[in-house]
Amino acid sequence: MSVTYTVTVIHDRDPQPTPQTELREALGQIQPSATVSRPPESDPIYYLQVDPADADKIHSLADNFLAGSPACRAVVSSGLALPERSQDETSIIVQRKPGVTDPVSQSVLHAMGESGFDREQSQVRTGWRYRVAVDELSSENLVEVAGQLGNEIVDEWFTFGEGEPEMVPDPFRSFPSESTGRVEVSLLDANDEQLQSLSDTGGLSLDLVEMQTIQNHYRGLDRNPSEIELETIAQTWSEHCCHKTLTGRIRHGDHVYGNMLKETIFGVTRELDKPWCWSVFKDNAGVIGIDDEWGVSFKVETHNHPSALEPYGGAGTGIGGVIRDTLGTGLGARPILNTDVFCFAPLDTPNEDLPAGTLHPRRILRGVVSGVRDYGNRMGIPTANGAIHFHPDFVGNPLVFCGSVGLIRKEHVDKTVNPGDQIVAIGGRTGRDGIHGATFSSRELTEESEVVSSGAVQIGNPIEEKKVLDALMRIRDENLCRSVTDCGAGGFSSAVGEMGEETGADVYLEKAPLKYDGLGPTEVWISEAQERMVLAVDPVNMTRLREILLEEEVECAVLGEFRGDGMLRLHHHGELMGELDVKFLHDGRPDFERVSVIPMPKEELPIASADVDAEMILSTLLEDGNVASKEPVIRQYDHEVQGRMTFRPLAGADRDAPMDGCSLDPLRDGSHQVVVSCGLSIGIGSVDAYQMACHSVDEALRNCIASGGSLERAALLDNFAWGDVRNDEILGELVECSRGAADAALAYGTPFVSGKDSLHNTYRSGGVSRSIPSVLLVSAISITQGEPVAAGSDLKSSGSSLILIGPDGGIPGSLYQHRFGGSGGRPALFDAELGPRLLQSMSAWMRDRKFRAVHDLSEGGLAVAAAEMAFGGENTGVALQLPAATDPIHALFSEGPHRFLVEVSPEFEQAFLEEAQSAGIPAQVVGCSTDDHQMSVRVGEDLVLETSIGILKTHWKKTLEAAWPVE
Amino acid sequence: MASGVKNDAPRALVLRAAGTNCDEETVHALELAGAIVTNVHVNVLSENPELLDDVGLLAIPGGFTFGDDVASGAVLAHILEQRLHDSLHAFVERGGLVIGICNGFQVLVRLGLLPGGENRGALLWNQSARFEDRWVHIQAGAAESPWFEPGEKYFIPVAHAEGRFEWFPEDAGATLDSAQVAFHYTDVSGEKASYPDDPNGSHKAVAGLISPDGNVLGMMPHPERFVRPEHHPTWMRIRPDGAVPSEEELPVPLGLSIFRRAVETLRQRSDQLVEERGTS
Repeated sequence: MSVTYTVTVIHDRDPQPTPQTELREALGQIQPSATVSRPPESDPIYYLQVDPADADKIHSLADNFLAGSPACRAVVSSGLALPERSQDETSIIVQRKPGVTDPVSQSVLHAMGESGFDREQSQVRTGWRYRVAVDELSSENLVEVAGQLGNEIVDEWFTFGEGEPEMVPDPFRSFPSESTGRVEVSLLDANDEQLQSLSDTGGLSLDLVEMQTIQNHYRGLDRNPSEIELETIAQTWSEHCCHKTLTGRIRHGDHVYGNMLKETIFGVTRELDKPWCWSVFKDNAGVIGIDDEWGVSFKVETHNHPSALEPYGGAGTGIGGVIRDTLGTGLGARPILNTDVFCFAPLDTPNEDLPAGTLHPRRILRGVVSGVRDYGNRMGIPTANGAIHFHPDFVGNPLVFCGSVGLIRKEHVDKTVNPGDQIVAIGGRTGRDGIHGATFSSRELTEESEVVSSGAVQIGNPIEEKKVLDALMRIRDENLCRSVTDCGAGGFSSAVGEMGEETGADVYLEKAPLKYDGLGPTEVWISEAQERMVLAVDPVNMTRLREILLEEEVECAVLGEFRGDGMLRLHHHGELMGELDVKFLHDGRPDFERVSVIPMPKEELPIASADVDAEMILSTLLEDGNVASKEPVIRQYDHEVQGRMTFRPLAGADRDAPMDGCSLDPLRDGSHQVVVSCGLSIGIGSVDAYQMACHSVDEALRNCIASGGSLERAALLDNFAWGDVRNDEILGELVECSRGAADAALAYGTPFVSGKDSLHNTYRSGGVSRSIPSVLLVSAISITQGEPVAAGSDLKSSGSSLILIGPDGGIPGSLYQHRFGGSGGRPALFDAELGPRLLQSMSAWMRDRKFRAVHDLSEGGLAVAAAEMAFGGENTGVALQLPAATDPIHALFSEGPHRFLVEVSPEFEQAFLEEAQSAGIPAQVVGCSTDDHQMSVRVGEDLVLETSIGILKTHWKKTLEAAWPVE
Repeated sequence: MASGVKNDAPRALVLRAAGTNCDEETVHALELAGAIVTNVHVNVLSENPELLDDVGLLAIPGGFTFGDDVASGAVLAHILEQRLHDSLHAFVERGGLVIGICNGFQVLVRLGLLPGGENRGALLWNQSARFEDRWVHIQAGAAESPWFEPGEKYFIPVAHAEGRFEWFPEDAGATLDSAQVAFHYTDVSGEKASYPDDPNGSHKAVAGLISPDGNVLGMMPHPERFVRPEHHPTWMRIRPDGAVPSEEELPVPLGLSIFRRAVETLRQRSDQLVEERGTS
């Protein structure tokens, strides 16, 4: 027997700001006419179920802990009853659905244990009550407002009109349970149509040839597969887990690739064969050496589909997942940096342009940023590099890339699994969250996705993962495990499957700790519940391992044992649920050939408007989300934690000017710097996929050099996010892009060390399927010795010379072209001969501190770069002077690779130009810095632009600020 | 033990719990300041409260202990109150130095170990209603303490969502004794700050509080994140040649100076003790 209490905390002296902002925004959106007579209130609710013997402790817990501050008070009621509210208030109650992870209730349970409650007999659920006194809000609109506060996938909510008493269903009610016995799937006699339908209805995302291969395999065994076997194969063969398109056969024009990725991107790494590449393309992240003892790992992942449906949870678990990749690299790397790159539809997209079932990009942006912020900040990892790109075709399918850099000793890079090792799961419990994430991510999003795939979204608990991190570092340092990997897509099925790839394993699924009763064995096996790692542990080390885990408050369970017979056997309460040959599982996937089309150049459609108003163009580009200040996002990320940062994403006199990358001191002794940057050239991709890849590699490396890095020890990561690759033209672009990435990397001598692809990024609405623009994100990481040498993009003084380094740019693919109605044409071309020479010289000049400021030219060209450099100065301005007869629009707004704008002292100008000339590097003086806080551009004698830096900076700042209004 | 630290160096304890995340760099800063430091989980300290007998300084670092669920620092404060109340108060009463940084400050306020605390103070949501990371100018108050020179100005990072200090005196007209203000936010010229120079809108622009005896310090800014000159966010603007400046060239002291002063105080105390013993 237990008794239930409801504790409601009333913050009458300390309004809770976040829920309030959400509520007001929702009201404003749904019923702009609504007048709110006083600020809305939001009350946290704690439902407590306790042993009757503990009832006398409730009031003390409520007053000293749940309220615990002079700013608020707790109201205790018995049963499910909330304190009365004013007669004129309507109310909304939002609480987690039964079965959804709720970290807050775990923390309250913890505190109850400390206060002497019987923990075994106690249960906690939480929720929020919103109270708002509003005139003439219809009950339909109230429900709609509630829908904006909660998320259908994880929350349930209830609304109550003025004077209506609040009644909620029992938050402790149990979740419907699944059958637990072995389920056979009739496959042996199925015809092709039935095979395809089995795949579709089961959410397996396997195509017919794959289903036929499975059928043949089981015909050979003369039995039907069990459900869990079929699920395991689907997980292992998913695009997400084995990258079958990129590593498959592709006939591309006259050329046939046996394994496209191996022959392009991996090929470069093999050819360059750098001794400091310690682990490439085999572990959860690539690892490069800092010195002989220490190295860094780097991995970037996407988490697109979950972020489209539930931006906060999707992005949070995206960053959580890639951090676990770091933890699962070698015997465990320590995460020291996060990166994030997002692609959304423009923030001013009108509501009527949103396809059914999609969230507004502004809501996605806010949710995604909050998700990355709360996960990264709470884990104590600085998020200090990234980018945000906006394009209308991301409206139904946004992209969320999350990266993680880790620190690891050389001796911890390799891992093995021996027969007889225990399979140990540590961390969070397994629940129904995140079922079918791996196969879901390999599918098209539709307007029904929100309903169909509700299980595919995970809810993260960063503190659980932080505990796992703390414990894992100790386990590694005491040499207690032989191998470790993370539970990502596919859950245990992928983690145990990968670790037991050579050995086989027996797994006893009933041993997995569950969040709640009622999970079937198949669900346990494929659940993608967060914050779980799997270890291979020699049985003799189990006692010490358990001691550490107990101290760090991390739960662990022995799921089974790795074997030596090559069979994966899945048991549940004594019943054999499935038995799979690991050889078939990992090597049995059918080869199939795809045909791709070499893309044709797109004819240039010139920009119609002949109105040459450089100032208007510049303001438009500065306001464009692709260029606009990202400060409102960056500030929400802790980029100082761990005390390693030596070059930050924002610097300059007011610390609000954009830098090109970041650097940190990995060993906290000043002996080395790790420089991290990225390159993204989606605009160029609209005209030429091959050049897009070259430009992205070039931009990543230019950003890296500008941030103090060097080509000597620089490595790259590739992340493809592509549309429907069953379309042979889109596949052709993918091949071209891979070729371009490989050619550019080879030219620079910078190997790719890790990568990931996310294909099938399409969105179906109203019967039409739309693919996203093709995206290659290139991330760069470079190790240098000694102090940081970044100069920053911020102008340091007036009277300096501004020198443009590099070749001419082009209009095709530029942001100017995109914004002003042009399209097509041939972009400025990557120069494999000039590029490396230029970057090596730049790096040497940086080391000799020849520059006062350095900025790469990217979207918006010379004009945007010059303005941004002025934004970082102290009342400095820029006066650009272009030769007579120059086309100012081309000179100011064209884009291309290999370009920098640098500030040098006037005394050094001449010597520098000579040095550049003798090195064969194009360099020209394009103006000077001034002390008048103005930007001016002259062509010969003609003034083509003159405006104040302050006005330009306001344009540049307002776009993203509007997404986070400060009241 | 870091090399160069003497065996008889002052000892410090850094306390961590689930969700603490600034413990490593706090250990590092204290070691740079010359202390011998142990990083201890609260579960270990609860089993071995005598660990506090061997140290002169206790640091509760930043982070999101227990996810800041219920309220920032609430669960860790509750655990310390339930398990270590007597040991902690004894440590403070015998003059042990305590520093709570960010989440540690929130814990100290909830524990009532700081003035304005005693269940009358609270660290609430920033006025901007969001987490913000930025460098700010702060100035030390007039109180004598082992931690800082009165009136010293610092440039230092803050990174928090709940750092707005408010107090709720029983007598609504009472004012917070300015001697209890360890640091307050200022603008660049040392004058009264408004947002964003004052990042959260605290009562009296409070950035940190200090106990009447001066031994307990709580602060929202992070001194442990500024222990090398190149941690300065715009170090490249300080020297004319753009190179990393020396410590002396910095316009403001390193955050490290706060730890150095504390460790020096402990060293002098133990020297004094040796002298007293020598003369008796």
